[in-house]
Amino acid sequence: MDSVAARFEILRRRHLAPDGTACGPWPAFAQDPAALAAMYRAMVRTRAFDQKAVALQRTGRLGTFASSLGQEAVGVGIGAAMRAEDVLVPSFREQGTQLLRGVTMRELLLYWGGDERGSDFAGPRQDFPVCVPVGSQAPHAAGIALAMRLRGEARAVVCVMGDGATSKGDVAEAIDFAGVWSLPLVFVVDNNQWAISVPRRAQTAAETLAQKAVAGGIAALQVDGNDVIAVRDAMEEALARARSGGGATLIEAVTYRLADHTTADDARRYRDDAEVSVHWHEEPVARLRTWLTAAGAWSKAEEDALLAACREEVQQAETDYLATPPQAVASVFDFTYAALPAELARQKAEAVP
Amino acid sequence: MTERTLVQAVNAALARAMAEDPAVLVLGEDVGTDGGVFRATEGLLARFGPQRVIDTPLAEAGIAGLAIGLAAQGFRPVAEIQFSGFMYATIDQMLNHASRLRTRSRGRITCPMVLRAPSGGGVRAPEHHSESPEAMFAHVPGLRVVVPSSPARAYGLMLAAIADPDPVVVLEPTRLYRALREEVPDDAPPLPLDRAFVLREGSDATVVAWGGMVPEALSAAEALADEGIGCEVIDLATLKPLDEATVLASVARTGRLVIVQEAPLTAGLGAEVAARVAERGLMSLRAPVRRVAGWDTVMPLPRLEQAYLPDAGRIAAAVRETMAFA
Repeated sequence: MDSVAARFEILRRRHLAPDGTACGPWPAFAQDPAALAAMYRAMVRTRAFDQKAVALQRTGRLGTFASSLGQEAVGVGIGAAMRAEDVLVPSFREQGTQLLRGVTMRELLLYWGGDERGSDFAGPRQDFPVCVPVGSQAPHAAGIALAMRLRGEARAVVCVMGDGATSKGDVAEAIDFAGVWSLPLVFVVDNNQWAISVPRRAQTAAETLAQKAVAGGIAALQVDGNDVIAVRDAMEEALARARSGGGATLIEAVTYRLADHTTADDARRYRDDAEVSVHWHEEPVARLRTWLTAAGAWSKAEEDALLAACREEVQQAETDYLATPPQAVASVFDFTYAALPAELARQKAEAVP
Repeated sequence: MTERTLVQAVNAALARAMAEDPAVLVLGEDVGTDGGVFRATEGLLARFGPQRVIDTPLAEAGIAGLAIGLAAQGFRPVAEIQFSGFMYATIDQMLNHASRLRTRSRGRITCPMVLRAPSGGGVRAPEHHSESPEAMFAHVPGLRVVVPSSPARAYGLMLAAIADPDPVVVLEPTRLYRALREEVPDDAPPLPLDRAFVLREGSDATVVAWGGMVPEALSAAEALADEGIGCEVIDLATLKPLDEATVLASVARTGRLVIVQEAPLTAGLGAEVAARVAERGLMSLRAPVRRVAGWDTVMPLPRLEQAYLPDAGRIAAAVRETMAFA
């Protein structure tokens, strides 16, 4: 005879519909239109940065770059909810969050322009650098969260990954650690529907990616990832739980990658423009602008001023980035170990006569 | 007198490091209540508590990654991988992350962790328990690789590995865990992580070995002494960075070199030793360099492992060959 051993359900949260109308009730922070305008500004700023970075790559002045076009609500919603003392363990499309946490545009451009100093950012000193091997950052997040728990700190770690990363063993192992030790950790799956050319449905037969949390015994929630209010709300709730000893959460933010995977990719090889066009109607920036405008909390003049300020900021970042002198060749050697072993000193002398 | 086996020396070094530095943690599968399957962490849970001796879920890649996160936060984690064949799962974490955090963040985030595991064969262990993966880790810039071959060296090298500001892989020869006892005082100092040890002096041939092969090299030297052949036996101990100066100085005296490794021959650490001598000590050589190694085969199951493992007989034969070279 079979009986039910366990049941689960995955809730989905949305506060702002694709047409820019509210789905109530809203959380406390969203009662203040100024707070929503601040997130709107951050999303526009992220988009302006992405546009600049892609333009620099197209003109040979930046390396391969992963734009977050269409996913700005995920990056900004995370960044708006985090505190300075929390730690971000990103994948490679989290510039929206990084910018909010104080990583500068010049530092981001330096990294994507092929200079390690871009990861030695002055702002959030404990945040991890970008992680390129997909999902392999998840166990680091668990280790950092374990460190916080061992010290009894009221801090939390946010580990961001794409939909493809949920297929990796590293992620399963990290979720398992987070559950066993009730770690102060929030996993965010930035589900943009495409892992380069592989669509979400070909990544896993699971109905949602959020339910990957269920097997590890941590809290799970799916949010509309193009609704910055829902993303921030879910993050604040998960971070509060994490900081107060309530354990880890996995949030699947359902969004859509309007850009190519990176500047080295051509998404027309594997998806129809028609599909992309449909998703332009759900993108997060216009959605919030529609609500703000309707609420009388955003004007044409403010929009123009914001766009002008963003243009100026990204231009200044470009100027600063391009004016940054290259690192000395010696730096290739100098950070391999705390002190140069004899053989490496010999090789350095050969490379730097 | 504080006589210890090699595994007891590892245990004592862990205990001392934990007593002296509250940032030192031990984590891994069965390291807590069970004290580790080889008892390397025995007694640590009772003495230091579950906040510092952490039984992890069964996930080797995750354990390595967890240690990276802890190290980045200022802890000094010592992660145990239960058997050598399970270390391969950690290579992604050790290669892509532990070894490069300092470089890729330009020193902002560092990774002072130890990944330790039993290694090598000779104890009739099950499949995947007798691997010699040292060359794979030694190939990775940013890692140090240490293979102790005696209780005293295990103690001193483990203390140094834990104190080192960078990631260190320590491979402990399973066959030597309980092979002998020697005096290892509680206050023995850390040993340098860039130094080989000359265990026996001789003027006819240099024999370089590490880990489980060191006692075989010493017994070959003993047998050869009866034939009037004097072998200088060097325990490399730290494979990365390699103490080539000690090897070159010895070869300059003896003119003959035999390198012994338990790992498969091709692309092993012995090839690196031979290449260094070819580059910087060729004119000292009076005979071709000889390598005595495991075959380029899968490590056999126990019934045939003796056919794979280099032993004193094969080492002595190689030395005789180099001596016979005109």
